[in-house]
Amino acid sequence: MCDACGCNREEPFAVHTDGRESGDAGGHPGHVHVHRDARGHARVHTHGPGDDGGGNPRNVDVNRSVLEANDRLAEQNRGFFRAKNVRVMNLVSSPGAGKTALLERTLAEFGDRARMGVIVGDLATENDARRLRGRGAEVVQVNTGSLCHLDARMVMTALEAVDLDGMDLLFIENVGNLVCPSSFDLGEQLRVVLLSVPEGEDKPLKYPPVFKGADLVLLTKTDLVEAVGFDRECGVDNIRRIAPQARILEVSSRTGAGMEAWYRYLEEQGKAVEPHSAARAH
Amino acid sequence: MHEVGLMKSILEIAVAEASRVGAARVGLIRVRAGTLSGVVPAALEFAFDAMRGENPVTAGARLQIDPVAAACRCRNCGAGFTPADFVFACPRCRSLDAEILRGRELELSQLEVN
Repeated sequence: MCDACGCNREEPFAVHTDGRESGDAGGHPGHVHVHRDARGHARVHTHGPGDDGGGNPRNVDVNRSVLEANDRLAEQNRGFFRAKNVRVMNLVSSPGAGKTALLERTLAEFGDRARMGVIVGDLATENDARRLRGRGAEVVQVNTGSLCHLDARMVMTALEAVDLDGMDLLFIENVGNLVCPSSFDLGEQLRVVLLSVPEGEDKPLKYPPVFKGADLVLLTKTDLVEAVGFDRECGVDNIRRIAPQARILEVSSRTGAGMEAWYRYLEEQGKAVEPHSAARAH
Repeated sequence: MHEVGLMKSILEIAVAEASRVGAARVGLIRVRAGTLSGVVPAALEFAFDAMRGENPVTAGARLQIDPVAAACRCRNCGAGFTPADFVFACPRCRSLDAEILRGRELELSQLEVN
């Protein structure tokens, strides 16, 4: 369950905006403000039960992005990645679409061509990190508690445990979720969305925001196309309609079909490419 | 959905801004939510009702969500249009290559304080 249930108010990774000192502004019993209107008249105005605030109501223009705290940290991450000359990909999909399986095979087969690292997010367990370790890559597991996505601060914290010097590629395996991760920029340069064949051809139509933000869509588990009756043409067409900006590759991490094209993509996306500043669907 | 996390940010910004301008209470919080922002207004309202009481500054506040309609411009022919759904097809030339001009925003636009 994601944090919309409200059970995770004390999560260690809560992102706070600046101005935390303001938290006691209203609750401080001795903290008194005098409010007057333009003509100097003061008047009492109550808003609700227990509200002892006085003064004239006035409007304050704010115009601040709700995600500004995350976006600021994401930009810091991006600057750090740039300084370290490492290419960073945010892997997003529903649970079970094959993110970890893709990385298992990639670490094993692409390891002689690039030095790689993985930050892997899950609500609980070290299972994915365990699957990925021992393949020559640095692997850090982040447990989000009940939070349904990784955010920029979690990645920033995880980076303390990762040595980026000499690293070519850093994969961030997001929490399996096709909704929430789309709003949270992590500072990555590329967003890769996985759609596994058993999920059905219409997944992009049902969960458009995450596909809108994709640089690459990987159609995974293509060895199951016939077994589950996946209409490939329809599936690819749906991806193109929702995400015309994205490259599309088809892979099977089990048989290895299409993996070489994925490795070529990784090579193409090498360090020389200037990272773009992400303007994600907020 | 992640509306509780977003509401937490909204309330933090509201409390910080109220403090900045020397106000003791927030009476109204206005949020601009684009139709492409991925936010469900009803879920945001639910989170607001559950969380506003956590700080006396916002305990008596109301929430107003101002929807922002999506607006696109076709990169192929330059036509401006309002997409009917998440397929951003240009009504003039049928191209899918559209730039999003509006609709992604999620911001605290204005507070009424006292």
